[in-house]
Amino acid sequence: MEPMVDIQTMVNGTEVTARVPARQTLVDFLRYGLELTGSHVGCEHGVCGACTLRLDGDVVRGCLVLAAQADGARVETIEGVSDAGELADLQAAFHARNALQCGFCTPGVLLTAQALLESNPAPSRAEIRAYLSGNYCRCTGYHAIVDAVESLAVGGEGTVP
Amino acid sequence: MKWGSRALKPAPFDFVRPSSIAEALSVLSEHPEAAVLAGGQSLVPMLNMRLVAPSHVVDIGALPGLKDVSVADGWLCMGALLRHRDVANSPIIAAAAPLLGQAVLHIGHPAIRNRGTIGGSLAMADPAAELPACLLALGGRVEIVGPAGRRRVDAVAFFTGAYETALQPGELLSAVEVPVAAPGYRSGFGELARRHGDYALAGLAAHGRIDDGRVFDLRLGFFAAGDRPTLATAAAGRLEGKDLSAANIADAVAALGQDIQPVGQPGCGAETKLHHCGVLAKRVLGQLAA
Repeated sequence: MEPMVDIQTMVNGTEVTARVPARQTLVDFLRYGLELTGSHVGCEHGVCGACTLRLDGDVVRGCLVLAAQADGARVETIEGVSDAGELADLQAAFHARNALQCGFCTPGVLLTAQALLESNPAPSRAEIRAYLSGNYCRCTGYHAIVDAVESLAVGGEGTVP
Repeated sequence: MKWGSRALKPAPFDFVRPSSIAEALSVLSEHPEAAVLAGGQSLVPMLNMRLVAPSHVVDIGALPGLKDVSVADGWLCMGALLRHRDVANSPIIAAAAPLLGQAVLHIGHPAIRNRGTIGGSLAMADPAAELPACLLALGGRVEIVGPAGRRRVDAVAFFTGAYETALQPGELLSAVEVPVAAPGYRSGFGELARRHGDYALAGLAAHGRIDDGRVFDLRLGFFAAGDRPTLATAAAGRLEGKDLSAANIADAVAALGQDIQPVGQPGCGAETKLHHCGVLAKRVLGQLAA
């Protein structure tokens, strides 16, 4: 007997009505229920950041929100935010600086970096590292990611040529 | 739909989302073993790892009136559902209790702070949590609602053990209150962790009055050092009325062993934690003196 919950939620601008298991996390609902697989599942306890998505405009851990809690809320995944063009400058900088390899962490990193630049348009490298400390990357060693974000800091051209 | 067989998924539960405090209390009295879901940043990991398997999860996120911030009669009153992010951004809280805005920035990462709540943090009473120690340092209290009505519990009586508080089954923590900082009072905060956002290996929230270079009414709230947040009364007592010279601080640090019963963890033994507490005492008391 799997207790279910009816939800109505806005996902990437589209109204979605669904019946979800009460215990299903938001990231699992998005991946399995809506086939939005851009948000990834890593640690499932909130430390790695691979599941990062937006809920009512805030970056959150998709593995720590129940799908049932998205009822009446606005969800944005990497697919929606990217398609809207909001991340174009960041994505170009990531390409230019080789800030992704396998790409598993990248959706979470991009959404988090975007949130940083919105709240602090001119972050230092230390501030970038602190803000992105909840997004683990196993491939790049982080330097290129910091370079990419720093290259978009207002008023600076980054310290990397 | 297909889930991985070795994945971290909660055991089944019934989900309830009450729309009033009365409804929430009614559900909790009917199901005393239900888990209360606020921000979910501590509870949902526990559900995912099946450290807890409640029959019901009661989502209190829709309850009205639990996100207000106000100052009245010398007390700063904050609703239990305030997110850590809201505390960091609140000018009222920055003016009335700057320690809180300073402390919450050490809680996890931005995504965690966007969801985690101050009431949830205090009710969970994780020994490594920042806010319980802040409440002790500030001489604060919590407001609790339950079947018998409202009651207040002072911080010194609220934290009773690891993940244990004075909350009884069927009760909800509804508000957090701290005295508004009086003139001359200053606060300091420090936390040691290996990486940004890691759980603290040791931490200190301090509050006291500085008068002509000397400290009075000093409260040193240590966290991640024992099974609950701890006021270092012996150490603070050695500094009462004295200036924060290196010698006086060292004298206070020497008394920490009387106040703190450190509980070791993998990678940080009890002796090391006590040492860390001394290091933090020097750094944070330096903040008060500056």
